[in-house]
Amino acid sequence: MTEFFQLTFAPLMIAVLASCICALLGNFLILRRQALIGDAISHTALPGIVGAFLVTGTIAAIPMMIGAAISGLITVGLIELIKRLTKIEPGAAIGAVFTTMFALGVIVLEQTDTSGIHIDVQHALYGNLESLIWFSGQDFRSLIDPAALRDLPVQIPRLLLILVIVSGFIVCFWRPLVISTFDEDYAKSVGVPVSMTGFLLISLTAITAVACFDAVGSILVIAMFVCPPAAARLMTDRIWVQILWSLLFAALGGALGVILAGYGPLWFGFENAVSAAGMIATVSGIVLAAACFLGPRRKSVVGAD
Amino acid sequence: MFEFSYNTTLVAIGSGLLGAAAGTIGTFTVLRKRSLASDAVGHAALPGVAIAFMVGLLLGIEGRSLFVLLVGGIIAAGIGLYLIEAITRHTRLNADAAIGAVLSVSFGLGVVLLTVIQTLPTGGQAGLEDFILGSAASMIRQDVYLIGGVSALVIGLVVLFHRAMVITAFDRSYALTSGVNPDRIDLLIMALSLVVVVAGLKAAGAILVVALMIIPPTSARFWTNNAVTQTVLSALIGASCASSGALVSAIGDALPTGPVMVLLCAAVFLFSMIFAPANGLLANERRRAQLRHRLRQAARND
Repeated sequence: MTEFFQLTFAPLMIAVLASCICALLGNFLILRRQALIGDAISHTALPGIVGAFLVTGTIAAIPMMIGAAISGLITVGLIELIKRLTKIEPGAAIGAVFTTMFALGVIVLEQTDTSGIHIDVQHALYGNLESLIWFSGQDFRSLIDPAALRDLPVQIPRLLLILVIVSGFIVCFWRPLVISTFDEDYAKSVGVPVSMTGFLLISLTAITAVACFDAVGSILVIAMFVCPPAAARLMTDRIWVQILWSLLFAALGGALGVILAGYGPLWFGFENAVSAAGMIATVSGIVLAAACFLGPRRKSVVGAD
Repeated sequence: MFEFSYNTTLVAIGSGLLGAAAGTIGTFTVLRKRSLASDAVGHAALPGVAIAFMVGLLLGIEGRSLFVLLVGGIIAAGIGLYLIEAITRHTRLNADAAIGAVLSVSFGLGVVLLTVIQTLPTGGQAGLEDFILGSAASMIRQDVYLIGGVSALVIGLVVLFHRAMVITAFDRSYALTSGVNPDRIDLLIMALSLVVVVAGLKAAGAILVVALMIIPPTSARFWTNNAVTQTVLSALIGASCASSGALVSAIGDALPTGPVMVLLCAAVFLFSMIFAPANGLLANERRRAQLRHRLRQAARND
């Protein structure tokens, strides 16, 4: 019991929270065909964090989020700039920008002394979920004990806050988001703030990518942005139902991922846990695969099956 | 100054060949708008490499033999490519969602398998992490021969089929009328890019190898409007950035190879974008200014 609360509870909560936040935004990213921009932003969260560290000397939450938002906007800006200046196809523009920025982030990270602040390239790539221990976690009563709760890994309140912000954004901007996602020209013609909505969506994506960084690292954040919403898309035609499905799949992926990674090997007779972040991505993939075969709305409109 | 050992020189040459192959086939994947599919394919190779390692261990083969690992990588990458096509064709998900899903899930699976390997008693895993960001320094002579050989093969095939590839890229209907089968050529292009990406895993790593297939061709585009010239230039740029990147990374301290190669490519890109006489920004600006001048002259003479 104590072992569960100390070692598994916090990673479980963090995984579920992170997956849900990513799924919320991911729904709109994939509907707007911006999944690969989300991919790029997840990669460029790394140089954003490194930049914040260089400027402020710490990796406190606020500078990191600001660094991430700035780097997200730089990413999108550079992609647009390069598309406009070079006539190269969007995929290549995206690929050129994010690889360069990511490379820069990795080199700077390797070359500066960050040993004191727990960032290194390993964690940047696949996160550090297993190490988020709740020392004061004993049993169910710890959940309502303020003294014990103070000791929770800081990622949990941080992610809760971001969940509130992202949910708030979706609720307040519901109409502009939905209209501009499904018909951008119509949206512009009726005065919907298309640019601002897009700008906010990108910024929140970048901030979320950084917040989930701790949990699953920057590459696997992409799995959380794409897989649950994609699976949900195959379940229904209605967007709010899709969002609900995506939250279910996200929570499932997060929870199962952590549990299988931590306890799975034990069930098979091995001793060590495997990567929780990797397992979350894998489980999300399996869920998506199931949806591809069984989802009621999986068929494409054009073309045969 | 620096003493280039025999091994370092070999690594530079092998990486150079890889860069040339990536630049060559990359020209066509960019033209066919499949750059990011190649990215996903590179990530998809990772679990294949891990599984090949484990199978190799079971069978008693030297688990780190690059050939074994690359075979596993190619099989997995092929599966990844097939999955992207299948998802795009048979479900209503778009190509970008399919690419994002395959990319991230296969990377996740690869990471899980890596952590499994880490716990195995042989502990030979240390070599496998190099496949994520690349490590030219850890390339041994057999690796260089394998990678160089594969790259040369790819370059040879592109040279052989370059006419068909150019036609397919620019005018599909003309391709059909001139006896070229565009679908088969597309398949060839994707197959070759798959091979290059997997071959490049050791040097440049899964995350960044795709940059070698995107940045050199787009840099070359600034220097010429001719597809064949672009391909040759792209190969040269790729070769020089990849080999210098390998050298710098091998000599330097705490410098994974992939990022160094990419930054060198990016520098060439920036220079080309600004200074190239054919399509560079300065040249375009000068042409526009000349045009404005001439128009003003013409207006004054009316």
